[in-house]
This record gives sequence, structure tokens and C-alpha cells, in this order.
Amino acid sequence: MRQEYLLRLIAGLEEPTDGQILLGGRDVTDLPSAKRNIAMVFQSYALYPHMSVRKNMAFGLSLNGMPRAEIERRVAAAAQILQITELLERKPKQLSGGQRQRVAIGRAIVREPVLFLLDEPLSNLDAGLRVSMRVELAALHERLKTTMIYVTHDQVEAMTLSSRVVVLDRGTVSQFGTPLELFYRPANLFVAGFIGSPKMNFFETASRGADGQDITVSGEGFGRPVTVGLERPVPCPSGTRLTLGIRPDALEIVAAGSGHVAASVDLVERLGTESHVHLHLQASGQRVTAIVRGNHPVQSGDRVDLSFDPARCHLFDAGGEALPRALDAETRSLIDREKQIRTSLSTEEETHA
Amino acid sequence: MRKLFIHSALTFLAVLFILPFYWTFLSAVKSTAELYQFPPVFWPAEWHFENFLTSWNKLPFNTFLWNSTVVVVLSTIGQLISSSLVAFGFARFRFPGRDALFILLLATMMIPWDVKMIPLYMEFNYLGWINTLKPLIVPSWFADAFFVFMLRQFIMTIPLEIDEAARMDGASSFDIFWRIHLPLMTPALILVGTFHFMNAWNDYLGPLIFLNDQSKYTLTLGLALFKDPHDIDITAVASITTLLCVPPLVLFFFAQRYIMEGAVGSAVKG
Repeated sequence: MRQEYLLRLIAGLEEPTDGQILLGGRDVTDLPSAKRNIAMVFQSYALYPHMSVRKNMAFGLSLNGMPRAEIERRVAAAAQILQITELLERKPKQLSGGQRQRVAIGRAIVREPVLFLLDEPLSNLDAGLRVSMRVELAALHERLKTTMIYVTHDQVEAMTLSSRVVVLDRGTVSQFGTPLELFYRPANLFVAGFIGSPKMNFFETASRGADGQDITVSGEGFGRPVTVGLERPVPCPSGTRLTLGIRPDALEIVAAGSGHVAASVDLVERLGTESHVHLHLQASGQRVTAIVRGNHPVQSGDRVDLSFDPARCHLFDAGGEALPRALDAETRSLIDREKQIRTSLSTEEETHA
Repeated sequence: MRKLFIHSALTFLAVLFILPFYWTFLSAVKSTAELYQFPPVFWPAEWHFENFLTSWNKLPFNTFLWNSTVVVVLSTIGQLISSSLVAFGFARFRFPGRDALFILLLATMMIPWDVKMIPLYMEFNYLGWINTLKPLIVPSWFADAFFVFMLRQFIMTIPLEIDEAARMDGASSFDIFWRIHLPLMTPALILVGTFHFMNAWNDYLGPLIFLNDQSKYTLTLGLALFKDPHDIDITAVASITTLLCVPPLVLFFFAQRYIMEGAVGSAVKG
């Protein structure tokens, strides 16, 4: 697991072969993990099975020679925050998954670290508990105002808990940005496909030429071309291969002959407020997903047309990198606001650290 | 019907195993006349429990008991400390040649004691340890291959993340061994301790080779003194043998849970 490896590098559990690790501007590359003032919450919690909850939390502090009264104070305070005061004398095997999770976080909190590392902390919990722990973690972060690095495969966790997201693709950083930036301005095909559920639809297209900031593309079976507006002009000679990306909710199902491309409906999943429509393009057979309103009359077997909203289309070059798309004023201000809030939060975090 | 068969078979086997013990015990408490009586007496007319004390006092058994205790206690402590440390090293440290070294260690289990007997004698003779208890104690402080293997397998079932969590908490390797692994290893250590106790307690050949003075003898050697080429004191041999069985039985009683688990291989799961 590369993201886990990255976390272990930061924690000091692995030695880097190259490069530096800076923590608040301080080079910690050669410091042993205990001296980095970092706390880690392991995926398996890694509680000491033979120690009570209290001892689990106090272990690190007593090893470092902290006075007993101070240890007691910190353990009690952390236990209160996490609502595990009544569990302090129990052994880990007497706790439920959610309680173990809290103890693992408690063990991290008592050390008052400058950085928390969380390795998929919710992955061992059942779905209901995961949602409530997610909310609690967000509240905890708000309260502690300490930087947390959180590894997750769950994009809901990534989108809701983070101020900045690093998307890793096979060990390299694919994109680094705020959650909304990732969603509205994915840097490449990988991020575009990774963020959002159901996944973004991709169509192989070719450029029909650029006109200022607009690029017109058309693909196999397209009844008419799509013109996508960019943030700034990008040289794009006619015939250049481009991938057109569009999220399922930006596809519109219209009467045959009136949209951009003809498709047949394979399956309609009705979820109530919305319906997921699975189709295939009549020309290429490619599978596509669209999200329509819950009471849309579409049925499986229907032959329809798909219409693309050009303002919500993404374009990617042959290397998979995104072309800078123009965002509407509302989305842009939303992203800017998010950046500002998150920046002020991280400044607070740094001050706190 | 099947149950009946199984129970009869088990009862038969149990009797088969208990019979020698019972016979030894009977021989200890019978009168001399009953001892040689034919057909054998299975329930003595008179129980001579004083035979235990008489036999014990025939030879300096207090000294033998003290020697045995010193050997057993010190060597067991040594075995527990050294084997667990070596096992921890093999299980948790990464160093070049570790696996080769471990295989070499395991290979030493294949060397029969008979082969090592003379070189060991020469070695301890060179060290001036013959006729002292040291040859029976000191080697146990250098770990036993089988126990190292057993404990290493046990340690390897402890998740590595626990070590890492402790390391991040500021624990040194020794802290991790002492505060985390040792407490978690308790069931395996009880098993190792019991096995080693039995070996050391019952050892006859070791003391026979390395000890000369009666004042240094252990219980097993003392017991053998009741037998000479011309005569054998059956009552005394049976009495002392019965008494010798007591400590292992007591130990087994307290440690049986771990021994049973160890025997079916689940002790290593902690």
C-alpha cells in the first residue's frame, strides 16, 4: 500500500531512500519516530491487548517520564472528549470496534502531537458506525485544530473531512487541492474517474478546431459536435485526439434525434429522489451512466438521445491531462471560499502547533 | 454403543497409564513381606506411610533436594530469559543472514545428546566446572533451539503494528520486548517453563556425567544410590520415586491449560 507507506515514512517507521521530510519547516528525516511528536492511529488500532484502556493511553506518556498527575489529567481529558471515561479500566478485547477506535484516537490525543496520522481509521467499522465516527472525527478536528493526515479509499470521507486532498495514483501525486477543486477541476483522467459516484463518463473524441477559448469536439456516433468553453485559449489543431468527460448528472436524456448522441437504455435503477440510467451508445456500444430525476419516465429498452451540457463538460488531452475548463461564477466563488476557509484553518493549525 | 466403546477404550488406556504409578505407590507403602508376595497384593493389609520418611532419611535427600531445586530454578529462569530474548531477536529484527542463522539454530536440534556428551565434558573440564552445578545451569542461559523456535512462532502472531505503535510512543526495542511482548507471551512462557522444569527435574545423565561428590548430587542421582550391583532397596526407590513425581504433577495441575493448548498448537495464537 503506497499511501500507507507514505504515512509510515512521515511517522518515521520507514527510512526514506531519498529526499527530506519537513514538519512545520523542521527537517525530521533522521529523527526517530518518538522524537517527531507525531501520533498515529493504525488501521487495526494496534492497542496493547494486555493493558487496560487507561494504560494504553498512558503508556507513551509514562515512557517519556511524564509526572503521574499530568498523565492522569491528560487521560481523563481525552477520555471525556471521546466519551470513553467509563471504559478506562477495560481491556481492548472487552470493547466494540467503535470503542477500540476511540481508544486508539485517545492514545494519539493524550500525546498532544503536532500531527495526527490516521491510516484508514474507519475501514474496520460497519457502515452506520462509520458515518457517526466520521462526524465525530470532523468535530474532533474542529476542536483540536491539529493537522491530520488521513488515508482513505472512501471518497465521501475524503470529501467531507479534508481541507486538502492528495490523490495518489500508483505512488505518484495525481492532484493536490481542496475537495471541490478535485470535483470541479480534476487535473487528469484518473482524478476525474476517481472522484464522484457513479463515475464520470468518458468519450473518445477528436477536435474540430478551436475558436478562441472554445474547442469543438465530436466522437463516433455523435449527431452533432459539442463546443466546450475553456478558461484560456489552448492550441488545439483540428484532428487532435481528446477525451470528453461528463458526470452522469450532467447528461440529459432527450427524445431520439434531438441530442448529441444516440443510445439505448439497458437498465433503470430507481433510487427515489433520482434514477440511475445505464445505457449503451448505439454507434460504438460504449456503456454510459446518466442520473435523472426520480420520476423520469425512461424505461429499459428505450432508444433515446443523450444531450451534453457544454458548461459541465471536461476535456482531457491524449496524455490524460485536463484542459483548463471555464467554471461558472457560482462554482468559482464556492471553490475560492473553500480555499479561504481552509487556509485560515490551516494557519490556525500552524499557530496551534 | 459407539460411546460405550470409546469410553471403555479410554478407561482401559487410563488404567494402563495409571497402573505403573499405582504400583510404584503401592510398593512404597507395602510391608516388606507383601512386597514379594505372589500373587501380588493390590490393596495392602497395612499402609506403611512412614516408609517415605524412612527412605528420605536413609541418604542426605535434603541436600539432593536443595541441589535439584537450585539447578531447576536457576536453569528455568535462564531458559525463559534467554530463549525469549533470542526468539524476539529472530522474530522482530531485520539483519543480514538472519534466516540462515535461524536455520543453523534449528539444525542444532538434530545433534543427539550422545554426540555432544564427550565434547561437553571436555569443555566443562577445561572451564573447571566438573563437580559443580554450573554445567547443569549455565547452558540454559544460552537459549534452547526448540524453545526459541516455539517462542518465535508465538511472537510472529503478535501484529507488527503493536510494536510500531509502541515505537511511536517512545519505546525502545527492549521496552517493546519487556513491556509488550513478555506479558503477551505469558502462555508460551508457562509452556516453555514447564517443559524445561520437567527436563531439568528428571535429568539423570547430565548430573551423572558432571557431578562426582555425593554432596553435589541431585535427586535423580540420589535415587540411583539405592541400587547397587548386588541389591536394590525397592521400598526406598518406590518411595522416593513417588515423591519425585509430586512437583511435576503439581506444576502440571496449574499449567495444564497452557500445556493442552500448546499441544494442539493454539497457544501460539495468544
